[in-house]
Amino acid sequence: MCLRFILGIALALMLVGRANAYHAYVSNERSNTVSLIDTDAWKVVKTIKVGQRPRGIAYTKDQKYVLVACGDDDTIQMIDTSSNTVADTLPSGPDPELFTASPDGKFLYVANENDNTVTIIDIARRAQVGAVQVGVEPEGMAVSPDGKILINTSETTNMAHFIDPVKHEVVASVLVDQRPRFAAFTPDGTELWVSSEVGGTVSVIDPARHVVKQKIEFAIAGMRPDPIQPVGINITSDDKLAFVALGPANHVAVVDVKTHKVLKYLLVGQRVWHMAFTPDGKYLLTANGVSNDVSVIDVPALKVVNTVQVGELPWGVAMSDH
Amino acid sequence: MLRGFCFAALLLAAISTASAADQLNVKVGYLGSADKTETISLIEMPPPNDGVAGAELATDDNNTTGKFLNQSFSLQQILLKDGDDPVAAAQKLADSGISLIVADLPAAMLLKAADAGRQRGIFFLNAGAIDDRLRQEDCRANVLHTAPSRAMLADALAQYLVWKHWTRWLLVVGSHAPDRLFADALRRSATRFGAQIVQQREFKDTGGARRTDSGLVQIQSQIPLFTQSAPDYDVLVAADESQVFADYMPYRTSQPRPVAGSAGLEPTTWDPSFDQWGAIQLQSRFEKKFSRWMTALDMQAWTAIRMVGEAVSHVNSDDAKTIVKYIKGPDFALAAFKGRKLTVRDWDLQLRQPILLADGRTVVSVSPQEGFLHQYSELDTLGIDRPETKCKLK
Repeated sequence: MCLRFILGIALALMLVGRANAYHAYVSNERSNTVSLIDTDAWKVVKTIKVGQRPRGIAYTKDQKYVLVACGDDDTIQMIDTSSNTVADTLPSGPDPELFTASPDGKFLYVANENDNTVTIIDIARRAQVGAVQVGVEPEGMAVSPDGKILINTSETTNMAHFIDPVKHEVVASVLVDQRPRFAAFTPDGTELWVSSEVGGTVSVIDPARHVVKQKIEFAIAGMRPDPIQPVGINITSDDKLAFVALGPANHVAVVDVKTHKVLKYLLVGQRVWHMAFTPDGKYLLTANGVSNDVSVIDVPALKVVNTVQVGELPWGVAMSDH
Repeated sequence: MLRGFCFAALLLAAISTASAADQLNVKVGYLGSADKTETISLIEMPPPNDGVAGAELATDDNNTTGKFLNQSFSLQQILLKDGDDPVAAAQKLADSGISLIVADLPAAMLLKAADAGRQRGIFFLNAGAIDDRLRQEDCRANVLHTAPSRAMLADALAQYLVWKHWTRWLLVVGSHAPDRLFADALRRSATRFGAQIVQQREFKDTGGARRTDSGLVQIQSQIPLFTQSAPDYDVLVAADESQVFADYMPYRTSQPRPVAGSAGLEPTTWDPSFDQWGAIQLQSRFEKKFSRWMTALDMQAWTAIRMVGEAVSHVNSDDAKTIVKYIKGPDFALAAFKGRKLTVRDWDLQLRQPILLADGRTVVSVSPQEGFLHQYSELDTLGIDRPETKCKLK
């Protein structure tokens, strides 16, 4: 009886202790694996074998799957989040890299780098339902919060293409700096941020007028401009702070979303690429390609508080929205 | 800065409202040489469309981008045989409304064409000639270079060899003029970066065919004899642009030593095995279109045409003067799969670019090497820097 009571308390304590534990899925481009990190213990609890060259990674809206783009296998694999094994695939078209889903979670929009195409997939039917021709080497993908505009960036064409997701047509294109890598809307939908890896800037675009309002530049003391190559962008849900991964500069820039001023540079691992917030917004996890680890940024404190070793060439991180 | 934003905003607004009626058609010419050098290795024989293929792919890329800006690009090529007049060919292109010409011509022919074309406002993008004199005493205000110079190639190699502490070089030089020029560049690099040429030997071209049915037996015994009794050295550096002997050096030297320069570890702008920084995408695009691998010359021509495309998307004009002004200006930068932006040196119109070091199977390294510092850009540790230039752009 007493033993059962103690066990009960212990179990309850464990549950309480684990109340904030989430799972982060990290794609390892070279290892062909996905590392599953427990955000309570800050360690890898499982390594999932996936297809070749896994890069883009994200949860489905229903949280049942984590999707991972396996570029060299020309497919998107679906990891079942209850068993943490690859359960199914989506017909992504050739060489998928980044993708994004419609706000209702029904459609997936995929950039096919080798084909100058964005492929539209009906997730439930596991079927392609459309394709849109875009510029050379499509990469970054974003959907406006209201789901009405789809964005694709093309790396060699140096543009952000505005696509009507219903008509499957490009409705406008905006020139940005060289090699645009990633696009993100501010959560209120009033701004579109596009990072240019080689150009070294983030273009802030007015999505209604299709014009660049401002270009955010970065400068780290004692570092030449060349390695400062912005890639991933994550914006807090309250529209206050943006985090910009600066690639081989090994820093994440913290930017005030209102003023577009850089507030701080946080030193993380080497070649920081893509990132994800924990569902409670407390932490930001960054995939550091060259140092094979994930840095953990404490968002309120703006400090790097932990590092987790993962597989080789970690590329992206997926966390659930809630 | 604010003015810059406003200008960009106006330009973008202009672009998105352009109508089909005012589509820009940008015509670019290509002047190449129909004569190709014979190589020692059969797999290194230049394909008949070497260079032109790169220009064609870049024209496709420009057109994909142009679709969204109401701009189109076309390419017109003329291949010259030995003895053909480059001036007449350039004029012919100019007669059909072309003022921008990508050239893969020997230095002397390029200069002739450039000087004759100046009156008509023809601007050349040199994708082929690596001669330093084109960036030095014979530089021209209407010739820009996407091809690296010999000095850049030699510096890129030297930095790596010095980083490896392979600083004692046995320099073997061919007997043709380009071989000697490459040797000059290598000697300059050795002095700059602290390598030592322990001895220099000349490999005389005694003529004869590259391919014979029983050549191997002779070469296997000739090369050890040629390389024996040298002072102690770390690496054999071969200067053999004429492709007479360098490829016979690896594995055949008297002492077991690595080979670099014109064989073994070679400095180049592109290699079919290169897959970093998104290069894999360009490689697959190229192979899909031409069913062969992309060469350094293809890349240099691709870069030249992309520079035009990049400028046109910013100036939204088909006027050569406007395009060239943008390319020469401070805002120009090109992404070309080298991990950083490529820009133009304003003192000699040479494209700043990293140089790959490839062994024919993989890319071993990319120069500039870490630790070779420069007050402006590490890329300027490769080639003739501003303080040493003899170029007066006219």
